[in-house]
Amino acid sequence: MNIRQYIPAGILVAVVVAFQLAVVLTGQDYLLTQLTMSAYYALVIIGLSVLMGYAGQISIGHAAFFAIGGYTAAVLTTGAFRLSPWLSLAVAVAITVVIAFLIGIPILKLKGHYLAMATLSFGVIVYRIVLGTGVFGEADGISDVPGFTLLPGLTVTGGAASRVENYYIAWFLVTLAIILLINLINSRVGRALRSIHGSEEAANAMGVNTAGYKLAIFVLSAVFAAVGGVFLTHYTGGIGPSEAGVMKSVRYVAIVAVGGMANIWGALVMGIVLNYLSLRGYFGTYDDIFFGAILIIIMLFYPDGILQRKTLDDLRSLARSLVARIRGRR
Amino acid sequence: MTFEHVLQYLLAGITIGSIYAIVAIGFNIIYNTTGIINFAQGEFLMVGAMTAVTFSRLVPLPLAIAIGIAVTVAVGVLIDFVFIRNLKKPTVLNMIIVTIGLSIIIREVALHVWDEKVRSLPYFTGDEISSINILGAYISPQALWVLGICATMVVLLNVFFKYSVMGRSMRACSANPVAARLCGINTKNMVTMSFVLSAAIGALAGCVMSPITQTQYDCGTSLAIKGFTVAILGGLGNSTGAIIGGLIVGILEEFSISVMPLAYKDAIAIAILLLIMFFRPSGLFGKQEVSALKEF
Amino acid sequence: MAFRKLCTICLAGALALFSVTCKKQSENVIKIGALFAVTGGASFLGAPEANTAKMLVDEINAAGGINGKKIELIIKDTGSSPEKAVSFAKQLIEEEKVLAIVGPSTSGETMKIKSICDNAKVILISCAAAEVIVNPVAKYVFKSPQNDSQAAEKIFDTMKQMGITKIGIINDNGGFGIAGRDQLKKLAPKKGITILASEEYDSKATDLTGVLTKLAAKKVQAVVNWSIVPAQSIVPKNMKQLNMNVPLFQSHGFGNIKYVKEAGKAGEGIIFPCGRLLVADQLPDNHPQKALLVKYKKDYESKYNEEVSTFGGHAYDAITILFEGIKKAGVAETDKVREAIENLKGFAGTAGIFKFSATDHCGLDINAFEMLTVKDGKFVLYKK
Repeated sequence: MNIRQYIPAGILVAVVVAFQLAVVLTGQDYLLTQLTMSAYYALVIIGLSVLMGYAGQISIGHAAFFAIGGYTAAVLTTGAFRLSPWLSLAVAVAITVVIAFLIGIPILKLKGHYLAMATLSFGVIVYRIVLGTGVFGEADGISDVPGFTLLPGLTVTGGAASRVENYYIAWFLVTLAIILLINLINSRVGRALRSIHGSEEAANAMGVNTAGYKLAIFVLSAVFAAVGGVFLTHYTGGIGPSEAGVMKSVRYVAIVAVGGMANIWGALVMGIVLNYLSLRGYFGTYDDIFFGAILIIIMLFYPDGILQRKTLDDLRSLARSLVARIRGRR
Repeated sequence: MTFEHVLQYLLAGITIGSIYAIVAIGFNIIYNTTGIINFAQGEFLMVGAMTAVTFSRLVPLPLAIAIGIAVTVAVGVLIDFVFIRNLKKPTVLNMIIVTIGLSIIIREVALHVWDEKVRSLPYFTGDEISSINILGAYISPQALWVLGICATMVVLLNVFFKYSVMGRSMRACSANPVAARLCGINTKNMVTMSFVLSAAIGALAGCVMSPITQTQYDCGTSLAIKGFTVAILGGLGNSTGAIIGGLIVGILEEFSISVMPLAYKDAIAIAILLLIMFFRPSGLFGKQEVSALKEF
Repeated sequence: MAFRKLCTICLAGALALFSVTCKKQSENVIKIGALFAVTGGASFLGAPEANTAKMLVDEINAAGGINGKKIELIIKDTGSSPEKAVSFAKQLIEEEKVLAIVGPSTSGETMKIKSICDNAKVILISCAAAEVIVNPVAKYVFKSPQNDSQAAEKIFDTMKQMGITKIGIINDNGGFGIAGRDQLKKLAPKKGITILASEEYDSKATDLTGVLTKLAAKKVQAVVNWSIVPAQSIVPKNMKQLNMNVPLFQSHGFGNIKYVKEAGKAGEGIIFPCGRLLVADQLPDNHPQKALLVKYKKDYESKYNEEVSTFGGHAYDAITILFEGIKKAGVAETDKVREAIENLKGFAGTAGIFKFSATDHCGLDINAFEMLTVKDGKFVLYKK
């Protein structure tokens, strides 16, 4: 047990609290709405970043797991069922684990293009199912999903009155997920994962059960996505088929790539920043183009992500050359 | 089902299947020289058709199509020069991400250059209401154009790869790039050439199908997924396999309509893709040993 | 590495630009929010809607605004995804403190924000057609397009006149197509019409010969295609190719001359119910809608250089209803404007003559529809 590894998590908590105080003091607490939504998307992204960065497995189908979680919660808490949200959360997680497990066994045997395409296909199939099935509301999705009462007086719901509580609920989940992942990465499992990323054959030869580890991480990241889906669905009060779409999955991959594979902090920061900007509509009609451009620029110039020393160096040398040019002109 | 209905489904399946086959061959050409699956392949069809439609109001149809092809080829060359050659860590993962990014950008730029509306080229011969009776089944004359042009393209490509110096050099690159370079073949130019070829056949296929299927800025993605399914089914890199695979997928899709709700038509093609990848990754016609050596 | 530097600058610049936004606050404006799917799967709805909304607001501001106040229109592109609609709706309500929201374009998005707007007491005038939007009635929620059930009724009445009793239905898998199919199925038994087959196709479908062959095999007397997507011009083409010579009925989603052009000669003779916008010039001069329809058509087509569609008309109606409400109320106060809208009677819009009441927040009846047909590549009134 190493206390030092939790220092970043402590800083995260401090930042979260500081931000909340800052927006409330400046009277801009409406900003918390989008930050809460971004936090739930960040759950998908940090899970995916461990899968892509540490286990080296691309998944262009993670929106499917988000949708499985969200749709399960939405179906079970509305209409004919009206189950307790706690129960529906448990069912959603259980379904996700089973599906991720069953689909993970054959998919994770594939590599490269085949792996990318198989995960993409899985995403498309889930999208087709939610779009074509009456229970899931077809193109309209499901609306009027009730709030999720975690404890008496603490409900996941979108009303302006409970904005602050919900902000903390979302960030509590994110912090919990981060601590879990830090533990995982610094454990035996983490070392095994890194060995898979390095050379799967070598890891296998050393007796690491690579298939088992890959599958475990795949299932774990799927559960993260599903939990994000469940909470966001309760928060926004509904879900639609676009949450399962290919563009959503590609967007998650883009954000992980920007943050830097195998860098959960980078993934978290970029996941929050980019989702926040997108949800506030800063990209206008260029939303998809922006994420496409990000993918290419990152892959061409910063294959290890943008939040790293090299970017800083680039910026510094840029600033220096600018300063030099201005001085030269004088 | 009567004989006429069977024939009707068969004809529809062959028409759409031959388009899938051309998309798959486009994938194969680039895959063979670079080892990349170009996820933007579907966008080549869209760009070709959209450009041709725009110019078809100003110049005669064949010229408009030629311009469409030329513009698409330019886009293909640009992709190679700016992105593929500049890639720092050309791992498979990075390549996939770059081409996915490209397909999104091309699509969204097309939305802003043109708009969200559908367009189509005029019928090459006849018009919307002409119909040809073949043994009781009916087919549009444009479907014959699709079949004819796809068949011609396949024959010409075969001749090109078998008999021309450049075609042979490209094949050499795909067999063994290092050896090819040692023999004095400029592999980088061959990669560019593969983008040119694959953009050109994509654009032509996009134009010839446009009167029947219409063209919209976002029509490329679903074609790319179908084309990829076909390419895998036929064995990645195998053009004969792509043709047979295309026809199989096209015909299966059409016949599935007669027994199943239409909404699941696309899911069927994709389920086939998954099954093939799980159980026979080399495809129906690929050699298992060869595919074991290749990095997918 | 100049290129890399350039890209870094662009990225950093873009982020800096996005994170710094300044807000202009002014007392003398009325803020109105608009949510349209300008990009994404429903862009063919959102794009003309956004254009129309901009045009109308410019027009009224040039004329001095309403009651001396200028209108500020804040348009957000939802990309047809509901979570964005929710986020933007909250933003418009909580930050911009808008008086009303116009849109969204699709029923799925509208249903997600229906209760948000109602709880926040912000007027929502949706441009989506589904009847669930106004049934049950939410106090602050209205919609401008006609009801699907009335379009279905109109189609069935025409069929009866033609002596058609056995039909096949196809529809796209978007919200519009599904809602229409359900209405057709609900109404058919009452009208004595048998549905022999009903099939759903993907919104992006490009070849429908297979499904039409299936219908032809069942010997349907007519085909109804309920859809809003470009496949509406593929269906007639495919039918002609298959030598299927039964009449084709489409829904009011066909109200876009672009679709007729795409269908070419195959489009001749398609019958569909629609508002009067597309046949404005054929209306008698004393028709209450004529003047505004002709003006809207002329203004839109000269400003955007593209042909007017009924979708843009829904935004036209939503905006003009709102303006009229503000004028009638005299002040830009939510409850007064809401009440004024609810009391609008005989207000002419592009979709019909609106007559709202406390129980009817759609305000249109079956008379809003005319049966149209395509003749020589143009829309004309259908006459038996």
